[in-house]
Amino acid sequence: MRTAISTLAVRGATTVRQALEILHDEERTPIAGATDLFVALNFGTLTMRRFVDIWNVDELRRIAVDGDTLVIGALATYTDLIRSPMIAARLPMLAEASRLVGGPQIQNRGTIGGNIANASPAGDSLPILSAVDAVVVLRSVTGERRVAFRDFYTGYRESVRRRDELIVAVEIPPVPGRQWFRKVGTRAAQAISKVVIAGVRDGQSLRLALGSVAPTVVRARRAEAALAEGRSIDEAVDALRADITPIDDVRSTADYRHLVSANLVRRFLTETR
Amino acid sequence: MRFTLNGETRDASSPPMSRLLDVLREEFGLTGTKEGCGEGECGACTVLVDGAPVCSCLVPLVQVEAASVQTIEGLGDDHPLQHEFMNEVGAQCGICTPGMIMAALSLDEHPTLDDIKVALAGNLCRCTGYAAIYRAIMKAKSQ
Ligand SMILES: Cc1cc2nc3c(=O)[nH]c(=O)nc-3n(C[C@H](O)[C@H](O)[C@H](O)COP(=O)(O)OP(=O)(O)OC[C@H]3O[C@@H](n4cnc5c(N)ncnc54)[C@H](O)[C@@H]3O)c2cc1C
Ligand code: FES
Ligand code: FES
Repeated sequence: MRTAISTLAVRGATTVRQALEILHDEERTPIAGATDLFVALNFGTLTMRRFVDIWNVDELRRIAVDGDTLVIGALATYTDLIRSPMIAARLPMLAEASRLVGGPQIQNRGTIGGNIANASPAGDSLPILSAVDAVVVLRSVTGERRVAFRDFYTGYRESVRRRDELIVAVEIPPVPGRQWFRKVGTRAAQAISKVVIAGVRDGQSLRLALGSVAPTVVRARRAEAALAEGRSIDEAVDALRADITPIDDVRSTADYRHLVSANLVRRFLTETR
Repeated sequence: MRFTLNGETRDASSPPMSRLLDVLREEFGLTGTKEGCGEGECGACTVLVDGAPVCSCLVPLVQVEAASVQTIEGLGDDHPLQHEFMNEVGAQCGICTPGMIMAALSLDEHPTLDDIKVALAGNLCRCTGYAAIYRAIMKAKSQ
């Protein structure tokens, strides 16, 4: 381990209000399940020195249905998502994705709020949240705001979240139609996605989002539009090339990602027909 | 910083952002918990926190305040999983073994081979090979 632990300061919170007051008083980095933060700490790449631990803010763990909206608390872990009857009933593809995150040890600690805030283009829950037009709920001492998921990320690992805000929940409006999720990596467990895709198909209405193929998660707007206009699968797959901007990196190549993305979209369209 | 360690109340004096792994090994001398990768990939550092397997290399000490932590030492030396790992030669160098056993504890009795593979998906072994490990767990959990 390459970080001098004794130089790090942490304050604990057990309520959202406490955590928000701490974040209001001074710049601090929230710690949820620490499965991203402590990897950086072990590598010595963590630049932050002051933290607020929110792991014990139990009110953020709730998964509930409010009216017709599914509300997932930011601290819900992958294990919580896998076990939740509400997720199974309304957003089964999120449970499916959660089973493929890391191994059980990571699923027991990693949270959906951490996945969103960490803003990795490879975050596996993100294409799902994008495809279902989720809303991110941000709160600070001065109040709460709701940001459409499509407006949440502003660039590679950047989002509209202010430093004094916590993600408190993510809201999912009803998702009519078929849900479809695929993750392509080197193996099922402990693998970061080379390409990850989520789709929703309700009759002629199609929604599609991909991860690991651009600086942020992307909605395949051009492919969606081609299909909405009644064009062929081949034309939709052509349009997809302009929706994504994959790169060569340690996990894969741009060419491979283009090819796999196209194949996944074809498969989505045939399997949900 | 007070917590329960293998059933006993203990006070830790390490800095609050210490890795639970280092606190166990260095402050409490419980060196059964191993460090393989230090990044959540290998599972050698697996312990139970409030009954759930976690990677102790990724848990800050501050997060186990008031929690119950169980390490391989907490099993004593007469646990069926320990016996079967020996009988089936489920260990060679043994570095992965404590983590494998802690992860296997969460399995219900009479698991299928698939249940075992899923429970151990976060644990890597670089020398024994998984067949003997799965066999050992299958035997221990089917008694
Ligand atoms: C071995 C291993 C395997 C993994 N496999 C996968 C995988 O398959 N798919 C995948 O997507 N990810 C994977 N990850 C990454 C990680 O587990 C997830 O991104 C997880 O969801 C992060 O959540 P956390 O609670 O642990 O975040 P933390 O590490 O606690 O925090 C991550 C970031 O989010 C911020 N943050 C956390 N919660 C909030 C909040 N409520 N409000 C504001 N900011 C917040 C923190 O300040 C930090 O910047 C893996 C990690 C490891 C170590
Ligand atoms: S040392 Fe913790 S997972 Fe490898
Ligand atoms: S016995 Fe050596 S790593 Fe598993």
